[in-house]
Amino acid sequence: MDAQEIFATLEKQFAGKVGNFKGEVFEPYLSVDGAAIVEVCRFLRDGAGMNFAVLSDLTALDWPKEEKIQVVYHLFSYAHKHQIVLKVDLPRDNPKIATVEGVWKVANWFEREVYDLFGVIFEGHSDLRRIMLPEDWLGYPLRKDYVEQEEYDGISTQRAPLVEKLLR
Amino acid sequence: MLFDFANVLVFTALGLGFVGVNLLIGKLLRPSNPQTRKLSTYECGEPAMGSAWVNFNIRFYIVALIFIIFEVEIAFIFPVATVFRRWVEGGVGVFALVEILLFIGILFLGLVYAWVKGDLEWVKKVRVQGD
Amino acid sequence: MKPLINSLPETVFTTKVDDILNWGRASSQWYMLFGLACCAIELMQTGGPRADLDRFGAVPRATPRQSDLMIVAGTLTYKMAKRTKLLYDQMPDPKYVISMGSCSNCGGLFQLAYSVCKGVDKIIPVDVYVPGCPPRPEALTEGLLRIQDKMMSERWLVKPSRPAEARAEV
Repeated sequence: MDAQEIFATLEKQFAGKVGNFKGEVFEPYLSVDGAAIVEVCRFLRDGAGMNFAVLSDLTALDWPKEEKIQVVYHLFSYAHKHQIVLKVDLPRDNPKIATVEGVWKVANWFEREVYDLFGVIFEGHSDLRRIMLPEDWLGYPLRKDYVEQEEYDGISTQRAPLVEKLLR
Repeated sequence: MLFDFANVLVFTALGLGFVGVNLLIGKLLRPSNPQTRKLSTYECGEPAMGSAWVNFNIRFYIVALIFIIFEVEIAFIFPVATVFRRWVEGGVGVFALVEILLFIGILFLGLVYAWVKGDLEWVKKVRVQGD
Repeated sequence: MKPLINSLPETVFTTKVDDILNWGRASSQWYMLFGLACCAIELMQTGGPRADLDRFGAVPRATPRQSDLMIVAGTLTYKMAKRTKLLYDQMPDPKYVISMGSCSNCGGLFQLAYSVCKGVDKIIPVDVYVPGCPPRPEALTEGLLRIQDKMMSERWLVKPSRPAEARAEV
């Protein structure tokens, strides 16, 4: 199936909860409502002709001007060799979404990484904690308004003067 | 005969003295700077947690037991090998050979038993009752 | 019994003994394998057959307890910095540190990153900095020879001429 057909099938099944399809780009994407993400993902994994058995990636994007954090799901199917990208918009001051760990087990670590770097809370996750930064790190570094802490563990984060000039 | 004992005593004294002198020179020449963090237990950079006593694997006992038995067998065979030439010249060579081969044979039966029973494997295969 | 460190008068005999002791130390620097990132590959190759570190007597040790040289090869993150400090503290005296590559000299390529410690000298005292990204094996060997020069110029049994030369807290 190509991306247009996938979107048509999804629209038929979940009318009103999916939209904004963009097919001319290299990786076609469509946006999904945050409340319906788990049932959409389950349909995509199990539905006939879909069989998206693999969650290739789960990342996020920070749009401070539009006040949203966008969570992005990359799905791939080995059976039919097609792929699709789902995008979910979340409010920036309280980003919460249901976990898809029940659909694809690999989402466990992907969602921990998104929580670690963006601060998105995945409801229902079995073990939501930081995956690469130290446990006592403050802040979510990949947000656009992230400010580094002055020192960590007694080590100052001050850089050489030339680098400070480049940063500004 | 007393001179031979003195020989051994001198050798022991030299050995102990050599080790002692080297340790003494080390004590004089090295810096001594004990600090709490330096004396802490090494665990690849993390603070050490848990006890260092672990459950000892019982398989080592089996291996050590079999080793001891055959090591003692070797220890008994060595003197026979040294005096064998004398026995051959005395005419009782065949008798001695048969005797020592009987000794090795009895212990060999023990080795075969241990082998067949699977005691020489590290992970003993347990035969499951067929259905 | 108090060690004889830094306690003997400066005569021809005692300085020659010092030279012999320092030569022994400099010709057998056992370095702790502390490869963190790409510089570790170059460190392994410097210890390999082509640019041999073993011909200087430097053999790699995996544990800080048996090493007197720590070659910090690679990017140091804040998460690793705590462990690095503990490992440095667990090395016995006298200990030396070579900072290999630009990441451990000053943060290097990743200075703008949030999680990278801007140089290993923020947590442990460094004796020789070897620049490069990664430094060639010849450059690291040069760093080792500089540490050898540093060791040869130290006063071990002889009284120091200046207070700064004394070994700390014998």
